[in-house]
Amino acid sequence: MTKGNPCGIMKRILIVLTLLLLGASVVAKEAAPLAEDEAVEKRMVAISEEMRCLVCQNESLSGSRSDLAQDLRREIRTLIKQGKSDQDIMEFMVSRYGDFVRYRPPVKSTTYLLWFGPFLLLVGAIVALVMYLRRRGGRAEVAAESALSPEERRQAEKLMKLNESESKQ
Amino acid sequence: MKRFLIPLGLFFVLVGFLAWGLKPGYDPHEIPTALQDKPAPLFNLPQLAQPDKKFSPADMKGKVWLLNVWASWCVSCRAEHPLLVAFAKQSNLPIVGLSYKELRGDSDFKVPAKETPESKAAELDMALQRAEAWIRKHGNPYVLSAMDIDGRVGIDYGVYGVPETFLIDKNGIIRFKQSGPVTRELLNEKILPLVKELEK
Repeated sequence: MTKGNPCGIMKRILIVLTLLLLGASVVAKEAAPLAEDEAVEKRMVAISEEMRCLVCQNESLSGSRSDLAQDLRREIRTLIKQGKSDQDIMEFMVSRYGDFVRYRPPVKSTTYLLWFGPFLLLVGAIVALVMYLRRRGGRAEVAAESALSPEERRQAEKLMKLNESESKQ
Repeated sequence: MKRFLIPLGLFFVLVGFLAWGLKPGYDPHEIPTALQDKPAPLFNLPQLAQPDKKFSPADMKGKVWLLNVWASWCVSCRAEHPLLVAFAKQSNLPIVGLSYKELRGDSDFKVPAKETPESKAAELDMALQRAEAWIRKHGNPYVLSAMDIDGRVGIDYGVYGVPETFLIDKNGIIRFKQSGPVTRELLNEKILPLVKELEK
């Protein structure tokens, strides 16, 4: 035995370190794929991103960690595997949870205000703006006409002329 | 003076909206059920007291009845339960329980990665024991309870939180749904008048 040989210890440490690193990379490679079927998973995510989670109502179904969201994602996966179309799946969800699950509510009589309300506001705002500008424009003209008395006007013209001749020098 | 009228008017409109948001009993989390006036989805689930017997909503044809979704882990259910127990004693309106994800809804329970008939049987067994114990402790307002172990039936009913209660008419049509605990006021002012009308 070579007792206290520093070189030997260093070597051993290096070997151990290398092995540890190797081990880590082996483990990393073995990480299991997140889902058995990537295509199904992709479609599931795409569909569930269009849906609101019923429990945490400001999260999408795809992002929520609530129990119900997990159940519903599993349900969507099953439906995809059964060969259902995206629209079928949307209908499945809407028939159970209502339009509330959709981030894009359909255009129908109860949602007209939701869809067209903003445009209504915009039109109203434009009308109000036009009316305001017209009124102000009219007032500005009147003001321009009546603001100065003839005496003041003459004085102002004089000052302006003076100013002009000063700037020429 | 006149130029203050418009902002003042807008202010009152705003106050109106805010007051509407604070209306007593208004819950922004509440989702109107998509199943209003639609047939109650059918299912076939083992019963709590007699697991080898199944219950289907079709069995209730010709009766007006309540379907109450509950779970032993659900805190609001416990709050609601005494009212249901008292109500069941004084009324003939049958209440059917739907035991919702008795084990899976509880964070302590881990669903096995690979489900086998044996693991399912074991889970049902455990769920039956827990549900039974809870009913024994808190009283039984139900004519029977059906075991929705994996919550699949809950999905068909659009359940998104327990407790939920459905009022179903003689033809199996859902006439009313309550998300969250049933209260005395709700029973007296909404459910019972509706029941009276539906039983005609």
